[in-house]
Amino acid sequence: MSAKVQVQTTINNEPVEFLCEPRQSLLECLRDIVGLTGTKEGCGDGNCGSCTVKLGDRIVTSCLVLGVEAAGESITTVEGLAHGSTLHPLQKAFLDHAALQCGICTPGFLIAADALLQKHPHPTEEQTRFWLSNNLCRCTGYDKIIRAVQAAAIEINGAAQ
Amino acid sequence: MSTTYNVIGTRPIRHDGADKVTGRALYGADLQLARMIHGAVLRSPHAHARILRIDTSKAEALPGVFAVVTAADFPPAPADKIVDFGEGDTLLSSLRGNILASGKVLYSGHAVAAVAAVNAHVAAEAAALIEVDYEPLPCVLTAPEAMAPGAPILHENLPNGNVAELIRYEMGDLAAGFAEATVIVERELDTATVHQGYIEPQNATAFWSSDGRIHIWCSTQGSFVARDASAAVLDVPVSQVKVTPMEIGGGFGGKINVYLEPVAAMLSKKAGRPVKLVMSRRDVFTGTGPTPGSRVRVKIGVNDAGKITAAQAWLAYEAGAYPGAMVGPGAMTVFACYDIENVLIEGFDVVVNKPSTSAYRAPGAPNSALATETVLDEIAEKLGIDPLELRLRNAAKEGTRRADGPRYKRIGCIEVLEAMKASPQYNAPLPGPNCGRGVAIGFWFNAGLPSSATLSVNADGTVNLIEGSTDIGGSRTSLSMQAAEVLGLRAEDIHPTIVDTDSVGYTGVTGGSRTTFATGLAVHDAAQMVVEQMKARAARLWAVDEVSFSNGTFSANGQSLTFAQLAAQLGATGGPVSCSATVNPKGVGGSIAGLIIDVKVDPETGKTDVLRVTSVQDAGKAIHPAYVEGQMQGGTAQGIGWALNEEYFMDADGDMRNGSYLDYRMPTALDLPMIETIIVEVPNPGHPFGVRGVGEANIVPPLAAVANALYRATGKRLNRVPMNPATILGL
Repeated sequence: MSAKVQVQTTINNEPVEFLCEPRQSLLECLRDIVGLTGTKEGCGDGNCGSCTVKLGDRIVTSCLVLGVEAAGESITTVEGLAHGSTLHPLQKAFLDHAALQCGICTPGFLIAADALLQKHPHPTEEQTRFWLSNNLCRCTGYDKIIRAVQAAAIEINGAAQ
Repeated sequence: MSTTYNVIGTRPIRHDGADKVTGRALYGADLQLARMIHGAVLRSPHAHARILRIDTSKAEALPGVFAVVTAADFPPAPADKIVDFGEGDTLLSSLRGNILASGKVLYSGHAVAAVAAVNAHVAAEAAALIEVDYEPLPCVLTAPEAMAPGAPILHENLPNGNVAELIRYEMGDLAAGFAEATVIVERELDTATVHQGYIEPQNATAFWSSDGRIHIWCSTQGSFVARDASAAVLDVPVSQVKVTPMEIGGGFGGKINVYLEPVAAMLSKKAGRPVKLVMSRRDVFTGTGPTPGSRVRVKIGVNDAGKITAAQAWLAYEAGAYPGAMVGPGAMTVFACYDIENVLIEGFDVVVNKPSTSAYRAPGAPNSALATETVLDEIAEKLGIDPLELRLRNAAKEGTRRADGPRYKRIGCIEVLEAMKASPQYNAPLPGPNCGRGVAIGFWFNAGLPSSATLSVNADGTVNLIEGSTDIGGSRTSLSMQAAEVLGLRAEDIHPTIVDTDSVGYTGVTGGSRTTFATGLAVHDAAQMVVEQMKARAARLWAVDEVSFSNGTFSANGQSLTFAQLAAQLGATGGPVSCSATVNPKGVGGSIAGLIIDVKVDPETGKTDVLRVTSVQDAGKAIHPAYVEGQMQGGTAQGIGWALNEEYFMDADGDMRNGSYLDYRMPTALDLPMIETIIVEVPNPGHPFGVRGVGEANIVPPLAAVANALYRATGKRLNRVPMNPATILGL
């Protein structure tokens, strides 16, 4: 066991300080040290997207980032999407459109879709599918997820001109 | 006759929805307990080898290690002991042998030992320090090779070499039937081993208390099955084990068996602390049960009128390391969609040096339907008739006898085929060259099995629902809706909770498409008991003999009370109302599904693009249509992945070379179009609302539908799944 490192970071707009081993992934730090278990581990090698979080202004698979790399950064996880008890429009759209079945991939999809809508306020179906192809879902066949994201785009940004 | 419902057929928001979109829902790996330590499992690098020696001393000496276990720590399993977990018999020695190998390892990935340590990193380091001496043995990886004379033998005690079971169903006069045929087509098709691919890896946390009770938290499709299997392996009474089902991240049949639960329990017994085990993705691929690879040969004869006169099937399925390849359901479903007089079906359950297979959505049926449905496509072409029309001329109907015995009650085969014929996709032109359209249908039995539920009326007019079916795709809501329908309430007025095995009556697995059907029946029966008790309370209040109940209102002699108004007066009329029901339903209704798929094939690269898909299924009655559509879309997507891409790529030594999501490539959002759905409703007479169950039949048609579409696009009849670019280009 190696010496632990102190990491100061911001998670969901709140300052957070944690101690971790240098070998621990950001995913492990979020789940096991900080206690934010909403971010899920499906594969541990960056291929399923379940552990997607926002790190600074980009989205990352947090299983491929070390916890120590989060020092000084700002992180958004699924726990940071809602405003108090009011769901984010994406979260509401996922429920309205039955876009989850087991729900294990949902946190990753929500973070990825949120980043998509910030870059493309009115994504086409093709853009949505391309952007979300980093996230695996085995339950839904993606149909209802794509519909939910496109409905949320209209809810957030209005109808495309 | 159509029935009007208030709640059934609507699309309320799922009760666990807010928890699952905010990250609050707790899945198995999310559990944190005081003093909890973490485990790692050491797995065999050999597909077949004798274990000569296991030395755990270096692992035990590593600082931070609390316990090490091997098969020697478990009670011995008598060679012939059978255990029954409600879904059929299992040989205890197979179950035990798969959990931790003793004597021999039978596949690469077979668990050999496990460690519990202060954290998962130390546990993994310790596992790597365990020394195992192996004597490698020749391995055999496919059913035809394992059945051949001189093949390496996995189990010395099987009477027929590697063939664990022979199945034979015979009906009518096969030779006479083929003699009447004017067109006969025979084809042989192979399918590769594929995995259910649930995104959440297996996990289990266990605490073996000093009072002897064992508490297990896990992501399982069946908490009672996990309890009973763990108790059998640990040789303790079932009452000593309590299983708390955590939220589950997909299963599709793959989370019925136990792998980690007894190991975590034994580690906990040694360590005196709660122990958590979570599989890596590679462990999931190599150490849990995928679904069998297979070879299936089908021969069908038809007369000039397009009526099938005889059908013959030969099926060999790879069980993996232990018997139980699901060849039974494969054999029972191979001709299940059709009314055929003369049939012979032979099935072989063959052990090979691959992971021990388990259920995957309509287990066994897609493999066999692939052969039947592609042969029928070829026959339709030879006869020059529409492939759906050929199927309609032979469709199973009420009274049709299957070769394995049962006669159908009401079955929606004709209705599904008519819906396919009338669908927008079937009547739309294909977009251009190199495109093809394929169709296929499939059958799945669906299951009954016991289920229990308790309903308690709250003073504010809402109702608490206690049940034991783990919720994989919205069953809290489909069950609550059935209670709400009976009680005249809204779905939101029912508060469902899934509890541990000490807290509700026995409930079978969430599998076999049974939860909305069977647990739904328990909920329905309990709700009817609530209505009767509430009526009695109203009768007491009004001093009358008869009270009627309709649309949520109790009334008699011009007086009336809503459910909520009466609920508020329960305290004054005898106390709370709480009713429980346990059912073991016999009125299971099978489901027929169909798929229409349009593909385009790049003739240079062999890459297939899926252009358009329509999934059709008989739901009996769709309680929550959005969740029914979701099941159909999910099964279709899995079937397309199975048809086009997915396979266990094994090297000659039996090592899986693509044990990651990068290389075992499941469909992404970019690989699929929208998936159109048509829900057919031919009510099941065995359920008060007509429910059949929709989880599985939808994965049966895609393999054959894709094969038929590829034929139309390329002119080639492919005989191997996956039909990836290499197969298509003949490389």
